[in-house]
Amino acid sequence: MHLSDLWFIAIAVLWAGYFVLEGFDFGVGILLPLLSRGDTDRRVMINAIGPVWDGNEVWLLTAGGATFAAFPSWYAAMFSAFYLPLLLILVALIIRGVAFEYRGKRDHARWRAGWDAAIFLGSLVPALLWGVAFGNIVRGIPLNAAEHFTGNFFTFLNPYALLGGVTTLTLFTLHGALFLALKTTGGLRARARRAAMAAAPAAIVAGGGFLAWTQLSYRASATSGEGIASAACAALAAVALAAAAGANLRQREGAAFAANFTAIAAATASLFTALYPRVLPSTLSPALSLTTGNAASAAQTLAVMTVVACIFLPLVLAYQGWTYWIFRKRVTGPPQPSVPSLPPAPTGSRPAPRVP
Amino acid sequence: MSVLDLSRWQFGITTVYHFLFVPITIGLGFLVAGFETAWIRTGHERWLRLTRFYGKLFLINFALGIVTGIVQEFQFGMNWSAYSRLVGNIFGAPLAIEALLAFFLESTFLGLWIFGWDRLPPRLHAACMWTAATGTLLSAYFILAANAWMQHPVGSRYNAATGQDNLTSFAAVLFNPAQLAGFPHVVAGCFMTAGSLVAGVALWQLLRRPGIPADHALAFRHALKAGAVTAIAGAVAVVITGDAQGKLFTQHYQPMKMAAAEALYHTSTPAPFSLLTIGSLNGSHPVFEITLPRLLSFLGTGNWSGTVQGIDNLQSQYAAAYGPGSYIPVVPVTYWSFRLMIGMGMLAVLIAVVALWVTRRGRTPAFTGKRAGLWRTSLVAGAVVLPLLPLIGNSMGWIMTEMGRQPWLVYGQLKTADGVSANSAGEVLASLVVFTLLYGALAVIEGGLMLKYIKGGLAGEPLPGADGDGDDGGGGPGAGSGGGADAPMELVY
Repeated sequence: MHLSDLWFIAIAVLWAGYFVLEGFDFGVGILLPLLSRGDTDRRVMINAIGPVWDGNEVWLLTAGGATFAAFPSWYAAMFSAFYLPLLLILVALIIRGVAFEYRGKRDHARWRAGWDAAIFLGSLVPALLWGVAFGNIVRGIPLNAAEHFTGNFFTFLNPYALLGGVTTLTLFTLHGALFLALKTTGGLRARARRAAMAAAPAAIVAGGGFLAWTQLSYRASATSGEGIASAACAALAAVALAAAAGANLRQREGAAFAANFTAIAAATASLFTALYPRVLPSTLSPALSLTTGNAASAAQTLAVMTVVACIFLPLVLAYQGWTYWIFRKRVTGPPQPSVPSLPPAPTGSRPAPRVP
Repeated sequence: MSVLDLSRWQFGITTVYHFLFVPITIGLGFLVAGFETAWIRTGHERWLRLTRFYGKLFLINFALGIVTGIVQEFQFGMNWSAYSRLVGNIFGAPLAIEALLAFFLESTFLGLWIFGWDRLPPRLHAACMWTAATGTLLSAYFILAANAWMQHPVGSRYNAATGQDNLTSFAAVLFNPAQLAGFPHVVAGCFMTAGSLVAGVALWQLLRRPGIPADHALAFRHALKAGAVTAIAGAVAVVITGDAQGKLFTQHYQPMKMAAAEALYHTSTPAPFSLLTIGSLNGSHPVFEITLPRLLSFLGTGNWSGTVQGIDNLQSQYAAAYGPGSYIPVVPVTYWSFRLMIGMGMLAVLIAVVALWVTRRGRTPAFTGKRAGLWRTSLVAGAVVLPLLPLIGNSMGWIMTEMGRQPWLVYGQLKTADGVSANSAGEVLASLVVFTLLYGALAVIEGGLMLKYIKGGLAGEPLPGADGDGDDGGGGPGAGSGGGADAPMELVY
C-alpha cells in the first residue's frame, strides 16, 4: 500500500471522527429550541456539550490540514470549488462557537435568545451543508484540466447531493437526541427520547436512500475490493441505524447512542470507499478526476506526516477519551429554576472553607 | 477590484483581526495559569480571584481567536488555491501538525479547565491551564514555521518547470533561521501584549473612584506588578529578537524589506536611520525629515559604517535575476508600519514602567497639589491605552513584514499574483463583505463584554466552592474537589 492510500484512509477516519463527534453537538444545537421548556433546559442542553464541542470541532481542522498536507491538489480544488458553501459553513461555525461562550455572559433574555438562535442556525446549516458537500464530492463536480471548478453554486443543488444533506441533517439530529437522552434527566430526557423516535424514521429513509443511490450510481467500481467494502459499510450503517432506533424504543440509551455512532462512522466509510481511488471526481471527464495518485504530496511529506500522526493521534484519542470520562455524568439543572447572572458557584457540597 | 486585490484585502483583514486575539490568548493563558498556581502555593484567596477574573477575560478573547482561526485554515484553499497546490507539500504539513498537536490540546484542556472547577483537584485543574497555554505556544510555533518558510524558503526543492516545491528536510523547515529569529520575536510580543492587558486593567482598578475594597486593591496590586513586569520583560525580548531578525533579513534574506521600511532608495555606506518623514516617500526630497546618522547601518549590519542596500539598486538586481517587473513593496505602508510598531511598543513600556513606579512598595498614587487632576487623568488614560498599544504594535509588525515581502508570496519563488484562486470576483467580494461585517459586529460585542467584566472587577467573580454566605468563602486550594466526580455536573454556560 502506498503512503498516499494510507493518508486517504487517515482523512476518511478524521472525517468520520468529526461526524460522529460534532454530529451530536450539531444535533443538540438543532434541538435547542425544539426540546427546551425554559432557560434552565437550554442551559442543561448547552452544558451537556459544553466541555467537548470545541475538541470535537478540531477533528474538522485536522481533516482540513491533513488534506492540505497529504493531497494539496485535492485541498486546493475542493476548497476553492466549494467556495460559497464553505463560506456559509464558516459563518455558521463562527457564530455558533462564539454563542456557546458568550450566551451566559450577560443576564438579558434578548441577549440569550439571540445567541440561542445563533446556536440553532450555526448547527443546522453545517449539519445540512456537510451532507450536500459530500454528496457532490462523491458524485463529482465539473473540474477542468487546470483543476478549476467550472460550475456555480447551483451545480451543487442536485437531488442526490440534497438527499445527502437531508441525510446528515436527520442523522445528526438523531445523534443529538440520543446524546441528550443519555446525558440529561427528567422531562428533557423523556422529550429527547421522543425526538429520537421521530428523527429515526426520517434518518433511516433519507440515509438508506442516499447510501443505496451511492451504491447504484456513484461507486468508482462495483467489483473492486473497495466497491464491495463500500456496499458492506452501507449495509452496516443501515443495520446500526435500525439498531439505534430499536434500542431507543427499549430505552437502552447507551446502546442507542453507540449504535448511531457506528452508523455515522460506517456511512462515512461507505462514501470514502465508494470514492476511492478518486478523491474528487470530475464530471467533465474521468481522466480529469483527482485521485490518490495524482493529487498526493511527495513521499517525503507523507512520511513525515505518518510518523507524526502515529505518535500523536493515539495521544489525542487518549486525552479526549479522558475528558469524556471526567464529564460522564448526566447534566441536571439547579434544584429550583433560577437564572443566576453569572456561571453559578457550585453549591455547598464541599467542606467548610479553610481560612487562609 | 480584481480577484487578487479582493483576496489580499480579505486575507489582510481576517489575519490582522485574528491576530488581535491570538497574542492575548498566548500570553494571558500563562499568566492565568501562573495566578492559579500562586493560589495553590500560597492559599491566598486573592490569587484565586485574579485567576477567575483574568480567566474570564481570557475566555472572552479565546472564543474569537478560535472561530477566526478556522477561517485562516480554510482560506488558503478557498482564496489561494494555486498557492496551496504548489506549496502544499511543505506548507500543509505544519498546518496539519498544528491541528493535531496544538488545537486538540488547547480545546480539550480548556474545556476541562472551564468545566472542571468542581471535578478536578486544584493541581490538576491548574495543570489543565498550563497544558492549554502550552498548546497555544505549540500552535504558534508551527504556523510561524510555515510563515518563516514563505519569508525564507528552506528545506525544499523548487522545481521551476512545474512551479512546485517538494520537501527535502522537515527539520530544516522547523528550524529555519528565519523561524528561530521570528518565533521568539512574536512570542515575546504576545507576553508583552498580555502583560500590558493585565497591568492596564489592574492600574485602572486601582485608580477608579470610588475606590475598591482593600483586599481587591491588594489583589490588583499583585496583578499590576505581574503584568507590568511581564510586559517590560517581553519588550526587552522583543527588542533583542527584533534586532536579530532585522539583521538577518537586511543582510541576507530580504534586503528590500528593510530598504522599503526605511524608504532608502540608494545604497548607503553608512546609512542613516529615518525617524520620521513629512512629505512623499517616493525618493524625491521630502518636506521634512529627521534622521539619525549611521543608526541604520548599525541596526542592519551591526557595524556603524556598514553598507545598507537601497531600493533602486535592489530593484535592478532583482530585475536581472527574476525578470522584468517591479520588486518594490508599497513603501509608505512598510515605512510607517515599521515606525508605528516600534513607537507603540516603546510607549507601552513607558506606561508600564510608570505604573510600576507609582505603585512601588505599597504606594498608591496620591493626587494632591496643583496638578493633581491632570496627573490622575494621565494615569487613567495610560491605563486605558496600555492594553491597546501592543495590539496595534503587533498588527503593524505583521503588516510590515507581510507587505514588505511583496510582490512575493514565497520569497524568490512564487509571486502573490500567481497564488490566487480562479474564483470569480463576485464570490470573493461576497466573502470579503460577509467577513468584514461579521468580524466588525463581533468586535463590538467582544469589546462590550470585555468592558463589562473589567468594570465588574473582582466582586463579580463567584468563587468555586463559595457557600454563598456573603463572605469570601472561596477557601484555599486545600478545600479540595468538594463537588467530586460523583456529583452531578454543574452548569457553567
